[in-house]
Amino acid sequence: MTIHASRRDVLKRGGALVVSFSFAGASGETFAQGAKPLAITEVDSFLAIDARGVVTVYSGKVDLGTGVATALPQIVADELDVPLNRIKLVQGDTALTPDQGTTWGSLSIQVGGMQLRNAAATARAALLEEAAKRLSAKTEDLRVVDGVVSAGGKRVSYGELIGGKSFALKLDHAKPAAGKDPKDYKVVGKPVPRVDIPDKVTGRFIYMQDFRVPGMLHGRVVRPPAIGATLESVDEASIKNVAGVVKVVRQGNFLGVVAESEWGAIKAAQRLKASWSKSQMLPDAAKLWDEVRATKVVKDEVTSNVGNTAEAVSQAGAKTLNATYDFAIHTHGSIGPSCAVAEFKDGKLTSWSASQATHNLRKQLATMFGIPADNVRCIYIEGSGCYGRNGHEDAAADAALLAKAVGRPVRVQWSRADEHGWDPKGPPTLVDLRAAMDGANVITAWESEFFIPQQTAGSFLVPLVAATLAGMPAADDIAPGNIFQNSAIPYKFANIKTICRRLASTPFRPSWIRTPGRMQNTYANECFVDELAAAANADPVEFRLKHLDPNDKRGIEVLNRAAALAKWDKRPSPRRDQRGEVATGRGVAYCKYELTRTYIAAVAEVEVKRSTGDIRVTKFYLAHDCGQIINPDGLRNQLDGNVIQTLSRTLIEELKYDRSAVTSLDWASYPILRFPQIPELVYDLIDRPNERPWGAGEPAAAVVPSAISNAVFDAIGVRLRSVPYTPDKVTAAMKGAA
Amino acid sequence: MAQRKSLNVNGKSVQITIDDPDMPLLYALRDNLALHGPRFGCGLEQCGACTVHVDGKAVRSCVTPLSSLTAQQKVVTLEGLGTPQRLHPVQRAFIEEQAVQCGYCINGMIMESAAFLARTKNPTEAQVKDALANNLCRCGTHARIVKAVMRAAGA
Repeated sequence: MTIHASRRDVLKRGGALVVSFSFAGASGETFAQGAKPLAITEVDSFLAIDARGVVTVYSGKVDLGTGVATALPQIVADELDVPLNRIKLVQGDTALTPDQGTTWGSLSIQVGGMQLRNAAATARAALLEEAAKRLSAKTEDLRVVDGVVSAGGKRVSYGELIGGKSFALKLDHAKPAAGKDPKDYKVVGKPVPRVDIPDKVTGRFIYMQDFRVPGMLHGRVVRPPAIGATLESVDEASIKNVAGVVKVVRQGNFLGVVAESEWGAIKAAQRLKASWSKSQMLPDAAKLWDEVRATKVVKDEVTSNVGNTAEAVSQAGAKTLNATYDFAIHTHGSIGPSCAVAEFKDGKLTSWSASQATHNLRKQLATMFGIPADNVRCIYIEGSGCYGRNGHEDAAADAALLAKAVGRPVRVQWSRADEHGWDPKGPPTLVDLRAAMDGANVITAWESEFFIPQQTAGSFLVPLVAATLAGMPAADDIAPGNIFQNSAIPYKFANIKTICRRLASTPFRPSWIRTPGRMQNTYANECFVDELAAAANADPVEFRLKHLDPNDKRGIEVLNRAAALAKWDKRPSPRRDQRGEVATGRGVAYCKYELTRTYIAAVAEVEVKRSTGDIRVTKFYLAHDCGQIINPDGLRNQLDGNVIQTLSRTLIEELKYDRSAVTSLDWASYPILRFPQIPELVYDLIDRPNERPWGAGEPAAAVVPSAISNAVFDAIGVRLRSVPYTPDKVTAAMKGAA
Repeated sequence: MAQRKSLNVNGKSVQITIDDPDMPLLYALRDNLALHGPRFGCGLEQCGACTVHVDGKAVRSCVTPLSSLTAQQKVVTLEGLGTPQRLHPVQRAFIEEQAVQCGYCINGMIMESAAFLARTKNPTEAQVKDALANNLCRCGTHARIVKAVMRAAGA
């Protein structure tokens, strides 16, 4: 361990940002982009310990309302043997935190947490080595309690060993340092209460939407009434009676207002008269799926290919089954619309936002304004729940553009209509499936085609609305995320071919929403597997077990445990013993996330009203194996979110639009699930303390749509193949089946 | 156009300076008085994130014009309901049940529930769900919120 005195200054400044947002206004003074180590290959990028022994954790992965601001420190607390209340967390600040990638894909614990664990284990080894020298003891004789190392009656604290100085140690995440034996964990695996909740229930928590800097003005955007419309004229006199308007900002097709007060900005944005050209770039919503099918395919990605499906299908005596599944366009729908603050000072931009990817946002803002990335600092401040790339980055670009125009810090708060109308959307997904079965009801072939938008190679930079509208430099990427995942299946049929037909375009600017692609693909696959089980007159759980890889013991266990949890009624679907108005049924679904990690199996119990087509999910059972559980209560909280949010998406949600723009601009036109519709939730958490931890923020969502569709089939013998399962669609499907 | 407006917020008389007497209460609380409990969610009384109590009743501050309020009416926000040192039973129950994900809607959940429990003793779960039917949560915290309200009801 070497000592670098200059580190002290950096830590002092970093520390100020940790403990108080009041320093934020002095961003010019604390601007430290490039001053602190950020490489993920250095301990100092992740950890600092001050003279009082307070540990500061620098995390590129951020808490989006998921609880990782508690779980990540839990990991560090155990590895370093320091109490949780001596750990401070800095999240998502491009000047202070390493670029650990976007906070997405259920990777905050699995990747971010394990990088932190490696840093903490490496730091601990170095601290013990130094302590052994100071205490004239052997390292194996040292005890560490609450950050104090002792041996033979002598003691030295971490603060005394390293306080304010750098570790200057390298990390190799491919070969992580040996951490503690899991049996010695005191904090990991425990339901530690979340650190943020007391402040959140008493109004003390500072969300992005609460953040203010001195001298700040309020901005609002005025979006075009039609996607692709051109701004023809603006009548500034129309808002001359609104008090406190500072400026109307017009650049290309970008239009915004800046005012002294928030209410002044809102009124000015509402009243400002502008004329726009007509534009009708969107498809006829009633013919969306024809449009998707007619879109040019730019690439076929074969995601699995076993044997020869074509031969198997043409085999004499083979019975074939076909089905097409579709999944609607969804909006993110955070309860708090996107918000950001930006300040330009001396050619440098500081951006505060709730972006899940501040390092990427920094690159995008630098491109947009044509300035070096070193002159941009993006700082994460937790906002309303974020379930993927929503409007936060766009609000950040809006704020930056307006701040530059007025030369003062500007806060932009999107309206509800801005959020529903202009956040990027989860793209429409269409899936064709075919299977062949021989005379003995053995599945001989499985073929599938997923019609999904292309993903610009290596780029996950969703274009910024403000840059596009203002005609400023922007990457012209299409970035729906890794939506090919889980198009291949976990089942062992003799012949399998799964293809993603990547489309040149999709009606709305796409991005990822919780469980992107994995949800849609698992829905189609797990419903179609259920169709095959029914065609083979087999019990749906047994049918799956029969076709899972017998060596994949964890998959088999999770499915068996879900069935046991739900007291699964073993028989083929559908039930044929019900005649009444309300039919009940149970459905199963299984997923091995991305075929490489977290295992989930679900059983849904539903009631279907035959006269109205209303579906009520009464109970939802989940068996979940994400390896080592860091915080079981946090995990349960995340599972609630996965299930309930996806129930909402599955039963209700669908973006509405006309030929010009989104028309579902509020909660009346884009309803989500309400309290009376919540099912009873029952979980079996499979903890494997000696395995590596995997993600849990997304995987359970993947099995929800198929478990419900399969349960409805069990209840009424009708297969639902179009999300959302609205009463109209259920009724139509019943008529079609009759 | 600037004018003074008197309000009673969290037990104190306050005077604020406003440009528009019809400005919704939400912006007075957040921007003039720097309170963070009430939150902007929709501005359309559709989601409940902005809920405060006016004379004990849960109201949507995003559509409550200041002109409709007198200086005597008692406005209470999440900050006034209870503090970290003196938690309201509903706040305590939300902590005990860990009934928060992002927490953006939680102001509305707590304010609505506190007003509901003040007029409904020993509610059933179904009654709690109905009472919160116009409060939206996107994270999917509903099940824990119901448990927290039931816990507070029994406290």
